[in-house]
Amino acid sequence: MTQTSRRGFLIGAVALVTVPWEAIASDDAVVAAVREQIGAAEIIDGGIALRVPTVAENGGQVPVSILVDTPQNDESHAIAIHVFATRNPTPGVTSFRLSPKLARAEVQTRIRLAQDQQIIVLAQMNDGRVHRVVADIRVTTGGCLS
Amino acid sequence: MSTPLSVPRIRAPRTAKLGEIVEIRTLMEHPMETGLRMEAGRTVGRDMLTRMIVRANGEILLQAEFRNGTSANPYHVFFLKIAGTTDLDIIWLDESGRSAKAQARIAV
Repeated sequence: MTQTSRRGFLIGAVALVTVPWEAIASDDAVVAAVREQIGAAEIIDGGIALRVPTVAENGGQVPVSILVDTPQNDESHAIAIHVFATRNPTPGVTSFRLSPKLARAEVQTRIRLAQDQQIIVLAQMNDGRVHRVVADIRVTTGGCLS
Repeated sequence: MSTPLSVPRIRAPRTAKLGEIVEIRTLMEHPMETGLRMEAGRTVGRDMLTRMIVRANGEILLQAEFRNGTSANPYHVFFLKIAGTTDLDIIWLDESGRSAKAQARIAV
C-alpha cells in the first residue's frame, strides 16, 4: 500500500489502523467518486449489512451482498446503493436505484477488485440520510488488469 | 461492435402466493471490457454495459448503473413482494446503443 498520496496526512501507520475512514478519504479519486453520487450529504456509519469474502481468490468475480437496514415502503426506503473500491483503477463500481416496491433494500452482485483494498457501500435514504459500511478484502488474483 | 448482445437469463418463480417475497436472479453474458486490460501486449477495446433496468408491470423496480468495477457477465439478485400477477421486463443497455431484453411472468 503506498503512502505517497497521503503525505502530511498520517503521522504514522498506527493512524491508518485507528482511523480507516480518514485514510480512505485522503484519496482524492475516491472522495470525488463518492461526492459525485451523494453530493455534500453527511455520512452516518452503519445501517447496512454487507456480505463479502475476507479473501477473494478471483478478483474478477467477487460476490457482494448488500442489505440496507430499513423497511422498503413509501414512508421509509432506500433510494440508492452505491459501491466503491478504494484501490481499483477507477473507484466507482456500480450504483443501484431502488423502488419502494422492492420487498427489501437488498441487492447481490459481483464486482472486480484489482488488489487488496477496501470496498465502501453507501445507502441513500428517502429522507436524505446516507449510511456507510466499509469492508477490507484481500485479493489473491487481481481482476481488473489481467 | 455490431454483433447483437447475448440472450440474458432470468430466474424467477412461475407462480407465487399473494404477499410472498420472491427471489429474482439475472445473468447477462458480456465481457464488460473496461479498455484498461492488456492481452498479448495490446489493449483490449472498451465494451461495457451501462445499465440494467427492471420493470414490474411497467413500473421501474430497480435500476443498476454499471461502472468499470462491475464483473464480466453481470449477475444480480433482488427480491420482489408479490402484490398480484407480475410481468417482469428487464433491459440491458450498452455504451454503443445496443440492448437486450428478457421477460418473465409470475402468476398469482
